[in-house]
Amino acid sequence: MPTLFDKIWSDHAVAELPSGETLIAVDRVFLHERTGSVALESMAEAGRAPRRPETVFVTMDHIVSTEADRSDTDARSPGGDVFITATRKAARAAGINLIDVLSPDQGIVHVISPELGIAQPGLTLVCPDSHTCTQGALGALAWGIGSTDAEHAMATGTMRLPKPAQMRITLDGRLRSGVTAKDAVLHIISSLGADGAKRCAVEFAGEAVRAMDMEARLTLCNMAVEFAAFTAIIAPDAVTTDYLRGRRHAPKGEQWDAAVQYWQTLQTDEGASFDHEHRFDAGRIEPTVSWGISPAQAAPISGHVPHTLPDGVADYSGLHGGEAMASLPIGGAFIGSCTNARLSDLRAAAAVLRGRRVADGVEAIAVPGSMAVRRAAEAEGLDAVFREAGFSWNASGCAFCFYAGGDTFAPGTRVISSTNRNFKNRQGPGVRTHLASPAVVAASAVTGRITDPAELQ
Amino acid sequence: MTPFTQHTGLAVRLPGDNVDTDQIIPSREMKTVSKRGLGVGLFAAQRYLPDSQAGERVPNPDFPLNRAESAGATVLIAGRNFGCGSSREHAVWALVDFGIRAVLAESFGEIFYNNCIRNGVLPVQLERATLDALPDRVSIDLKAQTVEDHSFDIAPGAKRMLLEGLDPVALTLEHEDAIAAWECADRAARGWAYV
Repeated sequence: MPTLFDKIWSDHAVAELPSGETLIAVDRVFLHERTGSVALESMAEAGRAPRRPETVFVTMDHIVSTEADRSDTDARSPGGDVFITATRKAARAAGINLIDVLSPDQGIVHVISPELGIAQPGLTLVCPDSHTCTQGALGALAWGIGSTDAEHAMATGTMRLPKPAQMRITLDGRLRSGVTAKDAVLHIISSLGADGAKRCAVEFAGEAVRAMDMEARLTLCNMAVEFAAFTAIIAPDAVTTDYLRGRRHAPKGEQWDAAVQYWQTLQTDEGASFDHEHRFDAGRIEPTVSWGISPAQAAPISGHVPHTLPDGVADYSGLHGGEAMASLPIGGAFIGSCTNARLSDLRAAAAVLRGRRVADGVEAIAVPGSMAVRRAAEAEGLDAVFREAGFSWNASGCAFCFYAGGDTFAPGTRVISSTNRNFKNRQGPGVRTHLASPAVVAASAVTGRITDPAELQ
Repeated sequence: MTPFTQHTGLAVRLPGDNVDTDQIIPSREMKTVSKRGLGVGLFAAQRYLPDSQAGERVPNPDFPLNRAESAGATVLIAGRNFGCGSSREHAVWALVDFGIRAVLAESFGEIFYNNCIRNGVLPVQLERATLDALPDRVSIDLKAQTVEDHSFDIAPGAKRMLLEGLDPVALTLEHEDAIAAWECADRAARGWAYV
């Protein structure tokens, strides 16, 4: 009995190679200026061209300035403008789809790919970015690769892959009110460990997953790489087709009907077996926040930092062990990234912020995941809620999620962040990141310490 | 790509698990659109003293790579989940530029592992106890799949790629007929997937 992953895999198997690898056809390639630029330049140097340039997309997201009045070369990283201009030039020369800095479609790759209907169920999609697993939420087989492999995918229309092991993670029951996909995935990672799904294709299943809207599913799949998964995937259903219908790159007319018919076959068959199975009771998951220097180091917001801290945590985090999570004072609050910067995330944060102010001494920043998300939020007046609360309201990009020499918080600042990585120095030298949902970020910004939004009701 | 067959070299030990690619090369060290010249940014946040300025950075004497006995090291010994996090291939390009030929660890981030193979760096997964018992100068034989007298696993495709220094694109394009045939059949079966 095949799994969902088996079905997509076998439908894309071009050849079984003597090496034991399978040559897997790649339907879409997405690039960004940070790692795609070198792939495009290196491919051109080798005298090669994309096999199907119409299937290759590139966005400018990683090091573009998020200032609202940015120019088309403004970078937030010293020397970063070269990545932007080189990408623009190479993309035009290669004849691929360019989503430039000032395009109304600009945004973070894993936000705009679903938004524009580029990621679809049953498609294979690769991108030289580790969070490409996000797009598995649509039932696509999407995974992160290096720049050299991006060159391979463009030039050959394929990838050489050993078939990964498979894991199913079932979320039984329903998440409680106020508990989000971000809390669920932090809980899962902290339970299984930072290498808990090593080289596995992970299928998220179960009642709580079925009940999630597409944006929540994208958040759930986004962090699969943080526990070492090859990728994550969710079986397409009515939520998926409703989300994709009418989007720019989604199939149209008869092709739409044919696609939907095929997508309905994309689920794990009864009796299919996985190499690893884990089940979680969704109703027992609490709002969850990280305390350490790995996303696996997380605890319920009502809980405590462990009394004995793992190696490297005390030196970096300024914690001694045993502190109540909800007592930790913060100096920064950030809402953004490919994890949690979609419209529903901004709405959740705005619901907490409406009529409230960010606490004194807290620097608070909001960066919508795409310019389309930004416009949609503004149409609802959310920008005013963020601004009146004391948040900045920026243009879209990956700014503040990782430090590239520009945007950051002061060294040593404890920052509550809707991002995906709390690695040492990730958001800037000495910045102490705590990962959380947008609502927790907003509530913490208001009180000046890590706070469960339920406390403010 | 430089082939990897056999190598004997000085090993440097980097303690700790989950050393991510942001640590291997911080994003701010990625200054040009190039695979070359990145060695100076390798482990920059730990390798240099925090208050030293770019251009004349002062090495942190406590960082393993800076110790006198590590000078000229070509083999890196690490912990669990080495190279997790960002897909940036710059992490491997920085290691190559620094002179590292092989990384021996308890386990690896998958994208980093594949990036090593693509750039002539041998990633070897070994047990902690085995890693701890290795001498300071380590002999590695890829053909025999041994580090000293310990054997290791590697996928046959990756092994051949390293041994022969192959260009994966050229290798795959040998299957041009199969790719074209697949595309032709798939266009008929999945018309909706074509833009």
